[in-house]
Amino acid sequence: MKQFPDGLIAVVKRDCPTCALIEPVLRQLAAQDGLLTVYTQDDPAFPAGAGTVVDDRELENSYHLGVAFVPTLIRVRDGSEAERAYGWDRSEWEALSKLQGLGAGLPASRPGCGSRTQEPGMRARLTVRFGGAIFAARSIPVAPSADDIELCYERGWTDGLPVVPPTRERVLEMLEGTTRKPQDVIGVIPPDRVECSVEKAAINAVMAGCKPEYFPVVLAAIEAALVPEFGLHGVICTTNAVAPVIMVNGPIARRIGMNARENVFGQGNRANATIGRALQLVVRNVGGGRPGEIDRACFGTPGKYSFCFAEDESGGAWESYALEKGYSKQASTVTLFTGDGVAPIIDQSARTPEELIGSYAPCLRALYHPGQVVDVAAFLVVSPEHARIFHQAGWSKQKVKDELRPLLQVRSRDLKRGFGVDDDAERLKRESPDACVPKFRSGTLNIIRAGGSAGLFSAMISGLGSITIGPVTREIGT
Amino acid sequence: MTNATVLLDPTAELSPVMRPRLARPASLEGRRFGLLDINKARGDVFLDRIEALLVRRGHTVHRYRKPRFSILAPTELKQQIAAQCDIAVEALAD
Repeated sequence: MKQFPDGLIAVVKRDCPTCALIEPVLRQLAAQDGLLTVYTQDDPAFPAGAGTVVDDRELENSYHLGVAFVPTLIRVRDGSEAERAYGWDRSEWEALSKLQGLGAGLPASRPGCGSRTQEPGMRARLTVRFGGAIFAARSIPVAPSADDIELCYERGWTDGLPVVPPTRERVLEMLEGTTRKPQDVIGVIPPDRVECSVEKAAINAVMAGCKPEYFPVVLAAIEAALVPEFGLHGVICTTNAVAPVIMVNGPIARRIGMNARENVFGQGNRANATIGRALQLVVRNVGGGRPGEIDRACFGTPGKYSFCFAEDESGGAWESYALEKGYSKQASTVTLFTGDGVAPIIDQSARTPEELIGSYAPCLRALYHPGQVVDVAAFLVVSPEHARIFHQAGWSKQKVKDELRPLLQVRSRDLKRGFGVDDDAERLKRESPDACVPKFRSGTLNIIRAGGSAGLFSAMISGLGSITIGPVTREIGT
Repeated sequence: MTNATVLLDPTAELSPVMRPRLARPASLEGRRFGLLDINKARGDVFLDRIEALLVRRGHTVHRYRKPRFSILAPTELKQQIAAQCDIAVEALAD
């Protein structure tokens, strides 16, 4: 911490009308020998004739003094601050300076203005420059002639799209989005099995384009992805097309402006786009999960850039996924599941729930292969217009599942060989070819609501699911 | 604020800050060579000799030429070399 001499310190800027108003007061104080030091934030010629005026355009002194408003008057006694006044208030200034008759003819008081240290982005810049912000991550200097975005490409840090260069200032601001300490370890990221600190997550969240207020969601998503039941290592290295999908529930989705409605799985919403991307960049950069290396996907999916959305919780006719899992309405959660894309179900003529599930069933049965019943999971996403048909008929979400179940059976004769069919199924196929096997084992079909208000559509997000691998939900912290 | 830009490493820091050069090929066996003349005087003398030696050893050799030595190689030329060759040799001259 910088030391300041005993006496009075005034911090001012010419751009502040109150500072300009009290220029004569500053001269009065300066007339007392050695009493006053003025730090001026924008113009070294201001205030005129006020004795020791220090050019503080770089804001080093204002930063160390923790000035939030100008004018600020501080009394320093025995090397440390004894008193402080903001704005102009004659009685306060007289008490603080122990001088009478300050600013005769001026109004008794006037509020001040914001200090330049409060300008957008300034706090992080000053903290990095003067506050000795310490990062555990190593620094990579950018040569003056180099382009920082191109440098990120050259170092292999991007998913193919440009990233926001992770400067110390941006990372510091990202870290302010959480109460967690930068050195806290979130978990061990596959495939390289490297610890991921909150700071490393922040660096990748910056690159993804996140705002600091999204960061708690990113942290919870990383935590959820690392729960063994999610099987992140498998998701990364499988030849299947799956990506980790992040679904957000609860108040935070609305607070940070996530999209649950029109174009819910599409482009255009910053929170949706960047939270999903941050998780993928952590996988790539911290975990080392890169395509062509450990990522051996045959096709992959555009969702591997980012696949993140909020569930539509409006209306309340159906409980949300998070409520189904036992979380309260006040809780904000992330749910991670695997998904390889969005396949629409179009039914514009059904007017009854029975007709509608009659349309859903054959589409769901065909996922991956009509004969595959192992390792297949799905989230059925019901749009508002389809949901209305169920609501009007008084069908709960559970009733939809119950009515769908008998329609989602596969005859054992049709089971697809060589696609995860185990010995029991092979025997069943031989001995009871007409017996039925459920397409989705218990819990691998989930139903949620999302989508725009116009369109008699639903959608299926298929993915990997089994008795051991499934969706993981975690509460979002601070 | 005139600070030079500093980026924080987003990776697990398993690789050095200074990126290593591309590994040299373990063997020249069967490799296709590209000889890039940057268009500076007498560079071709050197490259002609290299070409003769490589051809004698049975290598495929392609010759390329930059329009002028003082400019960056055009993207099209770099792509052509990358597509046709395994190893590129560039000659400085004077």
